Amino acid sequence: MIRVDLTILVAITLAICHTASASAEPASSRQAELMYLLKHDCGSCHGMRLEGGLGPALNPQQLQPLSIETLSMTILHGRPGTPMPPWKPFLSQEEAWWLASQLKQGIQP
Amino acid sequence: MKSLLLILLIALNGLAHGACLTRGTGDMGIIVERADGSVLVVDTSAHKVLFRVEGLGDLSHASAVFSRDERYAYVFGRDGGLSKIDILCGTLDKRVIQGGNSIGGAISQDGKLIAVSNYVPGGVKVFSAADLSLIADIPATATAKGKGSKTVGLVDTSGQRFVFALYDTGEIWILDMKQPDKPALTKFTNIGRLPYDGLITPDGRYYISGLFGEDGLALLDLWHPEKRIRRILDHYGKGKKQLPVYKMPHLEGWAVAGNQTFLPAVGHHEVLVVNTSDWKESGRIAVHGQPIFVIARPDGRQLWVNFAFPDNDTIQVIDSETLKIIKTLKPGKGTLHMEFTPRGEEVWISVRDKDEIQIYDTENLTLKTRFKATKPSGIFFTNRAHQTGL
Repeated sequence: MIRVDLTILVAITLAICHTASASAEPASSRQAELMYLLKHDCGSCHGMRLEGGLGPALNPQQLQPLSIETLSMTILHGRPGTPMPPWKPFLSQEEAWWLASQLKQGIQP
Repeated sequence: MKSLLLILLIALNGLAHGACLTRGTGDMGIIVERADGSVLVVDTSAHKVLFRVEGLGDLSHASAVFSRDERYAYVFGRDGGLSKIDILCGTLDKRVIQGGNSIGGAISQDGKLIAVSNYVPGGVKVFSAADLSLIADIPATATAKGKGSKTVGLVDTSGQRFVFALYDTGEIWILDMKQPDKPALTKFTNIGRLPYDGLITPDGRYYISGLFGEDGLALLDLWHPEKRIRRILDHYGKGKKQLPVYKMPHLEGWAVAGNQTFLPAVGHHEVLVVNTSDWKESGRIAVHGQPIFVIARPDGRQLWVNFAFPDNDTIQVIDSETLKIIKTLKPGKGTLHMEFTPRGEEVWISVRDKDEIQIYDTENLTLKTRFKATKPSGIFFTNRAHQTGL
């Protein structure tokens, strides 16, 4: 229960922060790096084509119930109790937001 | 007229086989080009690429086994594809989509069966090595969500058996294919949470499954399956916070030197040293990052270790006797896989982000040569054909 509350709290905080921060898109060179990371490093669990592996598929149908906020929070903080690690040491909030919105749109990295 | 036809037939025949090599395959192998869905067929003596075979689908995380005549490679792709490659002709002999999302496979003791483990729909399928026709379909235990458990760590062992683990439901199964039309299963449940991979000792006796969801590993003695599963190293990691894991380690091959074996610690910058006579931890080696592969040079004198993101630009070489790091190499970002030549004088390393294969001399630990390959990952040499579990 505590974990759920915390998750909601983080989601709200992130949503609030987002209004201020996520409008800035990463520079195009950084976008290319992020796509490479998505394909090869996220891909080691989610599949290089994001069709799933040990981790779930990351296509728009699968992600449909999740908001960009929730997704970027998952990217940044991971999912405790599962192998999904926090990517916060390597990604800014804006970058996680950008990746989450790419995933929601559906991409072929 | 008749003789003309004969000449024509011989000529046509010559054309069809013209591209095939006539040579032994013991110093050959394949390299997976993960992003392009292709493999390179290589000559390990001449350091040469012989063929590039394309059209193998999604090869992110692909692995391969070899037929016992070392002519054919069976490649297991992420998209559920099972491809049979003729390495003498550089051709794709046959390809089937056998599942939705697969992770690896194994070849039976007699070389006649190919088993493939699947994430989706879960379970194992067994095919004829000759024509890839389906022989047996073994569905996995259903999870709470109604899907079949992801199946991992599939290996072969003696007596036409395969052993694998069920990731979501925490089980180890033995599949006996002595009677291909009557597959027999022995199931071990409650082996631990989230087994992520498995390995088998070269004699085919012990199967070990790494656990992600808790400390320790699950050990099964296949000479004495009645003794059930034994938890080993269950203290490792205790009292220490597990670091985030950016790539699951691989338990493949068996790094043994004397009565010691070496395993990657999940979520720690450590290699675990295990005494194989009592299966107790006999030491730990602090290393550069979270180990992915810990493999021994065929003579057992050195261990070569690569690491998970963000430390995947590095390789460390450990002396198996002193347990000291004797060399730290920086092949480059995306150093994904290592393969020793059959007797270990060289190790071939794939460096994804540099699009190259680097070949090191294992005696003086220096780079001997390199060549281009597109986003290379797994490297598999034909001598695996005669090793249980590979």
